[in-house]
This record gives sequence, C-alpha cells and structure tokens, in this order.
Amino acid sequence: MAIDTEPLVVNIGPQHPSTHGVFRMRVTLDGERITDAEMIVGYLHRSMEKLAEERTWTQNIPFTDRMDYLAAMTGNLSYCIAVERLASIEVPERAQYLRVIFAELQRIASHAMANGTFVNDCGAWQTPLLYMFREREKVLDLFEMTCGARLTLNYMRIGGVAFDLPDEFLPQLRSLLDELPDRIAEYEQLLVDNEILLMRSRGIGVLSPEMAMNSSMSGPMLRGSGIAWDVRKADPYCVYDRMDFDIPVGHTGDSYDRFRVRMEEVRQSVRIIEQAVAQLPPGRHCADVPLNFRPPEGEIYSRIESPKGELGFYLISDGGPQPYRFHVRSPSLINLSALREMVVGQTVADAIVTLGSIDLNVGEMDR
Amino acid sequence: MQLLGRWYDFRDLGNGVARLIEALEDVGAPDGVIYAVTGLLGAVAILVFVAIAAVMNSWIERRLIARIQVRRGPNRTGRFGLLQPVADAIKLIQKEALQPARADGLVFSLAPILIFIPAILAFAVLPWGEQMVLADLNVGVLYLLALGSTTTIIIFMAGYASNNKYALLGSMRAIAMLISYELPMVMALLGVVTFAGTMQMSGIVAFQETHWSWLIFFQPLAFLIFLLGSTAELNRTPADISEAESEIVAGFHIEYSGMKFGLFYAVELINAVAVSGVITALFLGGWWAFGLEQWIPGWLIFIGKLYGVYFILIWFRGTLPRFRIDQLMAFAWKFLLPLAIVNVFAASIEVLLWREYDLSAGLVLPIAAAVNLALAVVLIAGWGRVMGAAYEQEPRRPRLFSEIDVPLPGDGPASGPAAASEPATA
Repeated sequence: MAIDTEPLVVNIGPQHPSTHGVFRMRVTLDGERITDAEMIVGYLHRSMEKLAEERTWTQNIPFTDRMDYLAAMTGNLSYCIAVERLASIEVPERAQYLRVIFAELQRIASHAMANGTFVNDCGAWQTPLLYMFREREKVLDLFEMTCGARLTLNYMRIGGVAFDLPDEFLPQLRSLLDELPDRIAEYEQLLVDNEILLMRSRGIGVLSPEMAMNSSMSGPMLRGSGIAWDVRKADPYCVYDRMDFDIPVGHTGDSYDRFRVRMEEVRQSVRIIEQAVAQLPPGRHCADVPLNFRPPEGEIYSRIESPKGELGFYLISDGGPQPYRFHVRSPSLINLSALREMVVGQTVADAIVTLGSIDLNVGEMDR
Repeated sequence: MQLLGRWYDFRDLGNGVARLIEALEDVGAPDGVIYAVTGLLGAVAILVFVAIAAVMNSWIERRLIARIQVRRGPNRTGRFGLLQPVADAIKLIQKEALQPARADGLVFSLAPILIFIPAILAFAVLPWGEQMVLADLNVGVLYLLALGSTTTIIIFMAGYASNNKYALLGSMRAIAMLISYELPMVMALLGVVTFAGTMQMSGIVAFQETHWSWLIFFQPLAFLIFLLGSTAELNRTPADISEAESEIVAGFHIEYSGMKFGLFYAVELINAVAVSGVITALFLGGWWAFGLEQWIPGWLIFIGKLYGVYFILIWFRGTLPRFRIDQLMAFAWKFLLPLAIVNVFAASIEVLLWREYDLSAGLVLPIAAAVNLALAVVLIAGWGRVMGAAYEQEPRRPRLFSEIDVPLPGDGPASGPAAASEPATA
C-alpha cells in the first residue's frame, strides 16, 4: 500500500528567533529540504514614506533613525545628504569629517551585530553575539556622549551635525581604535577556523556574481559575491575621496564570505576613522539652515554606503516646506530579493544561516 | 579502602544500610521486607540528590555560561542569585499549561511525565561509593544504553502529539540522530567492557581500583567518542539539533508551557548529571581517586568528578556552534564509527594477548595505555585531515581591492589579479 505524502508547509516567522524582527518566510519542505520559499514582508510597515510628506524637511530626520534602528547614523546621513544636494547647501568641512567618523563607527556597531547574530544563527549559543556586543556598547557609549542617544540618534542635521564633539570623546575613541584590531584578530582566531562554523556556512546560500548584479544587491552581499563595488568609492560623498581604504571582496559568494567581508570591513572602518581623526579640521560643525527652509523645486536621488548596502533617498520638492515625495531605497529589502534562489534546495538549518548572513533589518525593509 | 564499618562512617553511606540489614535480619524480618526497606532508602537518597541537583544545576549552568559570555548571570534573587531556580519554578507552576486545540491530549500530557522515568532510572546503577549502588546489575552498561534510547521514543511522543510542524521536525531529527550517535557510543563502551571484563558498573570501578589507573588512560578514544555521543543524547551543542533554538525554536517541546515545560527542562539537567555520572564511573574511576578516598568520602569524590564532566558539557554549550543534522550523521558514521571500531579491535587484541599469555598487568597495561593514546592521536589527526581537507585548500580571507571593479557582461569572473592585493597575514 502506498503511503500518501504531502509537502509540509512551515511558516518561519513572523515570530521566530532567527528572523531578526517580524519577517516571515513561508517554506515548503520535503523532509528537511526546502522545495519552495516565499517571502512575506510588511509586518512592520509604519507608513513612513507617506508620513514624511506631512512633515517639514527637518522633522523627517527622526524617521530615518527608525528605519534601520541598528544603523541610525547612516540613515540620518543619507537623508541629510540628499536634502543638501537638493537645496545646494554647503556643509562645513569639520561637519563632513564628523559625519565620516560617526558613519564608520555606526558601521562597526552594525557589523558587530550582524556577525554576532549570524554566528548565533549557526547555533553558537549567544556567546559570539555577546562578545561582539562589547565593542558595540563602546561605540554606543561614544554616541551617547556626543548626542545623548544610543539607538535612535537623530544626530545629523541638514547642513551638518547637531553637536560638536565633547572633550572626552577623542581620548575614548582613541582607546577604542587601539583595541579594535586586537578584538577583530581575536574573533577571527576564535571563529574563522572553527570547523563547525565552516561546515555550516561554506557553500551555503551561494549568490553568484551574475545573480547579485541582476537582483541589484549592494553592500556586503554584493562584495561577498566577488564584485568590488562600494558607493564610498564609486560615488564619494562627504570626504571619502580623501580617505585611503580597501574594498574587501569575497571569493564564492556564500554565507561565510559575507561574514568574512563584514569582519574585514570593520578593519577598514578603523583605518578610515584614524585618517579622519588625524585630518579633523577646526571650524563650525553645522551650516546655518533655517528650520522651516524650503528647497527649490526639483528632485534628487542620493545614495550612501550604509552598513547593509546602498541606502538611497529619492526626494521631490515642490518648493514647499515638506517633501512632495519621500522614497527610500532600502538595502535590506533589495538584498532579500534573491533569498528564494539562495535557499531552495537547502535544508531548514541552512535557510536560517543564509537569512542570518543577509543581515536584514525589518524596520528598514518595511519602513 | 579500610572501612571502619560503623554505621556512622560517612565515608561510605552504604555502611548504614548494611547495618540496617543486619539489624533487620536479627529481628527476623522476611527477605522481602529487608529488600523493600533498603531499596526505598536508596531510592529516596537518589531522588533527593537528583531533585537538589536539578534545581542547583540550572543556577550553576546559567552562572557559568554567563561567565563564558562576559556577563554576570542571575545575581538578584537571593545571595549570588541562588534562589533564582526557586523563583523560576514558582513562575512555571503559576503559568497555565496550554494545550493546542488539535493535540493528542493523552500522549501530550503523558510525555513530560514519562520522560522522567529513564532519566531517574539511570541513577540506579551508578556506583556512588564502594557499597553505595542501589541496583548493582551485572548488565549495568547495557541497561544504561537501553535507557538512553528510550528517551528518544518519549521525545517523539511529545513532538508528534503537539500537532506542531516545528515539534514534528524536532522529533524527526531526534529519531534520525538516535540511529547515528548510538552506534559509536555502544562501540566505545565495548572497548571499556573488553578491558574491564565486566558490564557491572561496580565491577568496572573495581577494575580501575585494582589496576591503579582510570580507564580514560587505557581508552582515551572511547572517552572522546562517548563524550561527543553524549552531547547528542543530551541535546546539547554542538548537537542540540532536535531543539535547535535558532532553527526550529524549541523543537519537540515548543508547545509545552508552564510546569510541563519545566519538566522537560528539569529532565535535560538531570540527564546531563546522569551522563556525567556514567562517564565518571566508566572512565574516571568513579569513587576511586588514587588513594584520596581514604580521607575524602568516596561519594564526594564521585560527585566532584561528576561536576567536572558536567563543566565540560557546559563549556561545549557556551562555545560551539551547532551541526546540521546531516553533518552530525556524517560525523557519527564516517568519523566516530570507524574510529570506534578500530578502538574495539585494538582493545580486543591487547586484552587477548594479556589473557592468553597470562602476562602481568603491571607490564601490559602501561604499554596498552601508551599504544591506545598514540592510536587515538594518530587516528583523530589523520582521519580529521582526510575529512577536513576540503576546507583547508580554498582561500579564506577576502581579497582587498583599492578601486571599484565591476565586471561588465561578457567580461568573465570578477577578478583583476593586478588590482587585488593579497593580505600579508592569513
């Protein structure tokens, strides 16, 4: 007698420890193997793009904090740069350097979180995550010292940054920069040769360079697949054109490569911050921009390299006090677009590892 | 060991029971009464130990893992957070024990109760002291292995009755794992039994005492294999596959809440203690410790060693990532099983030569220990190289590009060797 079988449909999420928020993946299983996967997004939709049309240009900055709440600084930065380009506002040189310092600090914090949760998804019971939180906490301490907030920073302003550095900032930054290379070396020593981690992440969630380009990937996803692309080099903003740094590029495009690329990017961030601190000029930290300013009519698309990839803002001004259209190109959502191709044919455990290596942030995805 | 033989000699609490038996015999009590009274005493003592251990180990484990993870762990409830397990238990008892609407009610409720049975039963054959064995079965090792397999059936009951897909996946994984780790474990114990010449737990300890050595020195490979197999049996990292938190959330006990969940949690801790006890008795000399038992009670030595092994299990949990199920099975079948078979083969030859030619133990055993240690190192290193070679050859560290380099369609793969600078340190 033949036994009737039917595929097992499992909802991974929206409430699941490894979806990093309320993301849902509806997978069809044949035993442990995934035969089909469907992404279902929108559980954290807060209608930011519409709300932003009701608020003034300056009032919109806090919205950008709450998109990618693990990298609020780069969200701020991207929006402010877009508005400045739209309204042709000159940003003082010191503010440019401060922006670079804080954006790179944010990258360190975000990558610490991304790598920690990635190894956590591989099954290491929170130990690497908590180790990497040490460094993240130190970065957040620096943020708190400067702007009073740790997570939703609201530090960037149109025309500069909100506050100049406090006196104790640079010594503390110095000590962080001194210990970071050792910490990264420690993590690499502990993790990159770990046989189990290698088994779990090598060859898992492979994204070919063609697929990465076709699905408009950016950030560590694209670099992990072997394409040396970085908005900081391709379309420099702030003072990145004066900085000397390298683009780490992976070999095969698997989860492990993305993990290593992030690890290496932290090193490069330390390099950038050291150069920026050395070159930091005196001067004003913000240009004079009236709170109720009205940019001229026009539209702009402006992008930066956020920790997760290319974070772009498309803004249309009709000359009024609010944006006419406020659209975000969020890297989390677009990096997710190839997930189906990456997980079909693998097991449930691999799908979780792949998802962890994408470093998605649901706040930014659903906005 | 020179026993005082008085009932109050706390170095071996078995004396008290022996005295009680004598007293009962003097009174003229029938055998059945003596049997029941002594059995009851032993069972109560073990249950008290297990209850205290289950409560305290959750605190020990959380504090130790916290130290590993650079945080403090529970330290608010009572001194050093010692009352945290009590607080947890009160919370769990208060919580409603939910049952899914379409769950199989009877099986669902039965599983958390049944799973206690093999966990507790395992303690019966552990030799806590020279005379402190509740049931000194002559097939003790076999009995332990049988109990270990029984747990899996109950896990499957829990997962199947929950009517939850995660739970089903978890119990499927548990069954699949059983097949793969049980074989190397049995093979590993076969080496021990070959050496000791008995399956009786107290006999194995007595063998170690007679020959003034722990069996871990004669059977290092068997020890490692058994330890790794135990992690799979205990659902601990690196083999906590059937309750993988980051994948299938909690696996087979995902639908359990309140005290039903508490029972599963407690059984997990009790099983860890039981397996640590088994390893202690089989490989680390049980209550015997090179003459130390003359001054320190044997049962204290046993508990001390037990917690030493338990610490290793916690250490595993705090540091290692998890295998995938097929990787664990490949590891068990391709790595552990061949090694275990070779180990049994070597042990048999050594014992055969020893018995056949009637050589003195003082001559044979050191040689056997040296040979087995060398064999273990060679086998693990050599076989590991064969299995892990695939990872060694590929480049690992990301390439560093100083400029953007995007291949256009038709350019071929993205690798400008001129642009890429290999990092100096790998």
